[in-house]
Amino acid sequence: MATGEFAAHAVHAHAAPTSWIRKYVFSLDHKVIGIQYFFLALTAVFVGMFLSLLMRIHLIWPAAALPLLGEIKPETYLTLLTMHGTIMVFFVLTTAPQGGFGNYFLPIQIGAPDMAFPVLNMLSFWVTALAFFVMIAAFFVVGGAPLHGWTGYPPLSALPSAGPGEGLGADLWVISIALFCLGALMSALNFITTTLDMRARGMTLMRMPLTCWAWFITAILGLLAFGVLLSAGILLLLDRNAGTSFFVPLVTINGQLTGHKGGSPLLWQHLFWFFGHPEVYIAILPAMGLCSQLLSVFSRKPIFGYKAMVYAMLSIGFLGFMVWGHHMFMSGMSPYTAFAFSVMTMAIGVPSAIKTFNWLGTIWRGHIRFTSPMLFALGFVSLFISGGISGPFLAQPVLDIPLHDTYFVVGHFHLIMGVASIFGIFGATYYWFPKMFGRMMSEGMARWHFFITLIGTYAIFMPMHYLGMAGHLRRYSQLTELNYLHGLVPLQTFMTYAAFITIAGQFIFLFNLFWSMKFGKKAADNPWEATTLEWTTATPPPHDNFGGHIPVVYNGPYEYSVPGAPRDFVMQTDPATVKAH
Amino acid sequence: MASITTTASVETAKALLAGNGRPDQTALDFATRLRRARLGIIVALTAVVMIFVSYSSAYVVRQGLPTLDPRTGTLVRDWLPLQLPNFLLVNTLVLLISTLTMELARRQAFRAAVATGKESSPAQSIDTDGMPWLALTAILGLSFLAGQWLVWRELAASGFYVSTSPSSSFFYLLTGMHGIHLFGGIIALLAAGAASILRKSAASRAVVLDATAWYWHFMTVLWVYILCLLEFAR
Repeated sequence: MATGEFAAHAVHAHAAPTSWIRKYVFSLDHKVIGIQYFFLALTAVFVGMFLSLLMRIHLIWPAAALPLLGEIKPETYLTLLTMHGTIMVFFVLTTAPQGGFGNYFLPIQIGAPDMAFPVLNMLSFWVTALAFFVMIAAFFVVGGAPLHGWTGYPPLSALPSAGPGEGLGADLWVISIALFCLGALMSALNFITTTLDMRARGMTLMRMPLTCWAWFITAILGLLAFGVLLSAGILLLLDRNAGTSFFVPLVTINGQLTGHKGGSPLLWQHLFWFFGHPEVYIAILPAMGLCSQLLSVFSRKPIFGYKAMVYAMLSIGFLGFMVWGHHMFMSGMSPYTAFAFSVMTMAIGVPSAIKTFNWLGTIWRGHIRFTSPMLFALGFVSLFISGGISGPFLAQPVLDIPLHDTYFVVGHFHLIMGVASIFGIFGATYYWFPKMFGRMMSEGMARWHFFITLIGTYAIFMPMHYLGMAGHLRRYSQLTELNYLHGLVPLQTFMTYAAFITIAGQFIFLFNLFWSMKFGKKAADNPWEATTLEWTTATPPPHDNFGGHIPVVYNGPYEYSVPGAPRDFVMQTDPATVKAH
Repeated sequence: MASITTTASVETAKALLAGNGRPDQTALDFATRLRRARLGIIVALTAVVMIFVSYSSAYVVRQGLPTLDPRTGTLVRDWLPLQLPNFLLVNTLVLLISTLTMELARRQAFRAAVATGKESSPAQSIDTDGMPWLALTAILGLSFLAGQWLVWRELAASGFYVSTSPSSSFFYLLTGMHGIHLFGGIIALLAAGAASILRKSAASRAVVLDATAWYWHFMTVLWVYILCLLEFAR
């Protein structure tokens, strides 16, 4: 990064780039990089969604021959779920909220002209994009994509002969993850340095919008977590290709010894989940910050308990590093260790509840404006509660034993990590689209999109809790040959139809996005009457964000309905400083 | 010279702790760039620490694990203690000297930057002072890597390959990862050395060298740690 920094200043101090390539492809502008991340995630989410559609179809009609793809075999089903999980977790939930919106709006919201290290920023995007191409390439090599799940547990993931897709496909999978880690580390470095060092005059830490706090804390989590995944990935690559035995014990495949001995699959699980649990918060924290922002803006009220929100996010991030063992209750862990992990995990319920009550406190008796971003913020709170409440169930070893590896877990993490984060991304898109593209998105289409998605996702993921309690294990590709699952087939069928409708609804969003770029109503500089710095600048913002000057900040980010103020909001740059009230 | 480094770090700490934003971002003066580069390198090194923390814990865990002997059906230990090649001490000495020359190069670059003023100045005014130290550091760094290569050769000659025993796997892993990181430092040194060719100012070179020096010193400390781990936790 020393070299990145070196070149960065020389370029950024100069005028905006004029050539097409420097402007839109290898751009140093954090806004362009943010949009690049956004479109990378958009591509990834449609790929991931298509894979989930194939899984849903296969569960209900296992013998159906699909056009072009033919019949889905059981191992293909495992491939689909592996790639669905990997693409969604890494290239959507980690990429869009942090890389996309964080890149675009963190510098503007703190009053900086760009990220601290623009060359590094460009590099982190292109490394992430390369990781995505490598991941997709796994579909097209001999043997196809891997089938070891997004968690990549060895020995399955470590032995090329362990199954179709575990050869070159699995190598590409590991390389892609390692590249993604590199990109995420560079990005985290930029976010942290920018937040600490580039705030405008008057923008104290406690005057930052909660979105910035969320991106900042997420970056810290990423910095500490992705290095661990990277090192685990390197060990896995060595096990696969250099004959080492870090993770592989003495195993035989078809009666043949593999040549490995003494390695520990549990070692991988520890390293993976030391990354994997913070990763959950990497996905959800930006959405939490955004939700706080939106609820305050559209309730025309200051956020309830700003400091409590900051400390809650900090403690969620802190505790998030001490609970990885709750993914391993079934691994033969000592009950005493499990108890410690269990208590730590349930402790996360406290800051989570603080946040939830503060959100409710924010909208309580507010002058609510039911715009599309607000609807998605409310949807986020709903999903956060309904998805989060099953967390304390799973946090208890005694309950986790029957629920482990069932659809209950799938329902839990899809609601809270998957759909809640996605609602954050949608809310961010509808909220910031006017600033990014200079036009408003269609409210009518947005409402259709919201209600279809909210009802649809509940219809898909709520029944999973019942399936799980009935003992339906996840990752089973066929339900027809297991008698005890017969009674559950109607519910699975219902979920598949719900998935059809929900997925169809996403095309409304896609159409709205591109249609509004061209034909949307022209947006004013501050269409939502919000107070943060991005609404003080032109739409879309100029190359240096504020057109040759740096704003000075006098107020906190949530000064709405201030008694005695001429309007119902006071901009952060308004020199008539608001007294604490 | 020393006063400048101290002032900059005190200012960094004050600014960060006070939580006050920076007054003017557009005109990047020397102190701002220095502070930002140092902050960046500290954050980056945190990530490097996490990588080696995970390897250390994996090392300790793997060392304690027995394996099943398929012939006897009993649990046996497959961790063969490594006799570390003595040549490692020579390499360590080379790296320790390089960290001294690195520091000298850094101080020389600071002197040059101060002499040409704190503002970025035209490239031709770059002093060649400090270049010998910089070149010497790069050469010592490359010698260290060459020495590590010799150590690998020696280990392989004595029958310890990457997959022979978990102890040798970890030896190649830890030395290899450290070598890759040090190589990154050498690239940064070359970039600083090429400052005048790249038409950068003396201040730019001083900033790059400063960040690289922090990184380099850390790599030395990390190496000593790795050596201790390999020697005392055999």
